Amino acid sequence: MIQLFNYIDRPSIVHRLTGAAKLACMLCWTLAAMITFDTRYLAFLTAAAFVMFRVSKIRLRDVKVLLIFTFVFLVLNNLLIYLFSPEHGVTIYGSKTVLFSFTQRYTVTWQQILYHLNVILKYTATIPVIILFVSTTQPSEFAASLNKIGVNYRISYSVSLALRYIPDVLKEFHDISLAQQARGVELSGKENLVKRLKGTTAILMPLILSSMDRIETVSNAMELRCFGKKRKRTWYRERKFSKGDFTALLLGFLLVAGSLGLSALNGGRYWNPFTGG
Amino acid sequence: MKKFSVKTIVAIGIGAALFFVLASYVAIPTPIPNTKISVQYPVLAVLSMLFGPVAGLLIGLIGHFLTDLAGGWGVWWSWVAGSAFFGLVMGFVGKKIRLDEGEFGVKGAVIFNIAHIITHLIAWGLIAPGLDILIYDEPMEKIFLQGAVGSIGNIVSTAIVGTLLCIAYVAARPKKGSLQKED
Repeated sequence: MIQLFNYIDRPSIVHRLTGAAKLACMLCWTLAAMITFDTRYLAFLTAAAFVMFRVSKIRLRDVKVLLIFTFVFLVLNNLLIYLFSPEHGVTIYGSKTVLFSFTQRYTVTWQQILYHLNVILKYTATIPVIILFVSTTQPSEFAASLNKIGVNYRISYSVSLALRYIPDVLKEFHDISLAQQARGVELSGKENLVKRLKGTTAILMPLILSSMDRIETVSNAMELRCFGKKRKRTWYRERKFSKGDFTALLLGFLLVAGSLGLSALNGGRYWNPFTGG
Repeated sequence: MKKFSVKTIVAIGIGAALFFVLASYVAIPTPIPNTKISVQYPVLAVLSMLFGPVAGLLIGLIGHFLTDLAGGWGVWWSWVAGSAFFGLVMGFVGKKIRLDEGEFGVKGAVIFNIAHIITHLIAWGLIAPGLDILIYDEPMEKIFLQGAVGSIGNIVSTAIVGTLLCIAYVAARPKKGSLQKED
C-alpha cells in the first residue's frame, strides 16, 4: 500500500482530537492568516503553529521533505515578487525609507522588507498547520469529518471514494504505462514534446475507459445497497465531540475573530508602523 | 439541494482520484526549466463533459484539494477554485457536445477547443490570480505572468491530449442510433 498522506501515529492530544474539530480548526487557521496582513499577528500564528508541532509530538524531522519543499517555494516566490515589483511595499505602506539600492529600479526599502516578511509569514503561518493536520489525521476519518462540519454526505462519500481509489488508479496507470512502453511508446526526454503528449494520450485513453468501467461497477454496487436513499448516514470513523474538540473549535473561531478584529483596529488589513514616525 | 445520482457521486470520487494521480505523479517536462505540462486538465475536461457541470466542479475541487493536501505545499484555494471553475464550464460544454452519444466531429473539436481555451484563460488568467491578489496581495505583474504561463501550458495539453481523448473515446463507444430496428 502506498502511503499517500504523511500520517504519523503518535500518542498526543492533537491526535486524539476528532478529525472534524481538526479540520474546522485548520480551515479557521488558514482563513485567519488569509485575512490579515498584520505582521505581528502573522508572527504569532507562525509561532503558535510551531508550538502545535511540539504539542502533537510531530518532529520537524518527520516532515523535513515537505518543509524543504516549502522553503524552496518561498524563496522562489519572494524572488519573483522582488524582480517584478521591487517597490510594492512602498505603494502599500505609502512611505519610502530607502536603505540602499542596487540600481535605480531595484532599491531596498524597509517597506519592501516588511511586505516580504508578511508574505513569508503568511506561508509559515498556514503551511505547518496543514502539514500538521495531514500528519495527525487518519485519512479514513477525513470523509466523516467533512460530513460532520456540514458537507453533504454524498459529497463526503465522493471524497472517501477518491481516497479509496487513488492507489488503485495509480497502480493501473503504472501498469498501462509499462504496457504501452513495451509496445514502443516513448515517454522519456528522447522524444519531442508533441510526440510525448501523444504518448501520454495512449496511456490516458485506456485509463479513462477502465475508470468508466470502474464507475459503472462501483455505482451499481452502491445502488444495490440503497446508497443515498436516506437523508443521513453514519460513519465508522465518526466520533463524538469531547471537551478537547470544543476547545479546538473555540480556538479556531478566536483566531478568525482576532484576525477580523485586528483589521478593524488597524483600519485595513495591513499593520502600518511607518505612518507614526 | 438537488439529489445526485449514485453514478455522479462515484464519478466524482473516481474522477478526483484520477485527477490526483495525474496531478501528483504525471508531468511532462518542457524545455523551459521548472515548467511542466500537466495532463490532469484534459482528463478533467473529458470527465466533466461526460458527467455534467456539478460533477466537473466537484472533481476539480476535490481532486485539486487532495493533491494540494498531500503535496505539502499548502492548500492554494485560489488555484483550487480555478480547477473547479474549469470543470464546471466544461460540464456545460458537454451539453453541446454529446460525447456519450458518440458525437465528436470537426464541429465538436472546434467547439471543444474554443471553449477550453476561453475557460483556461478565465480560470488561470482571471480567477486564480484575482483570488491570489485578494489573499496575498502580490504584485499584479507577477501574478499575471504566472497565470499566463499556467494557462498556456494547460491550453497546449488540453488542445492536444483533450482532443485526441475525445476522438478516441467516441471511437470506442457506439454511436447513438447506430442500431436499427428490423421491420
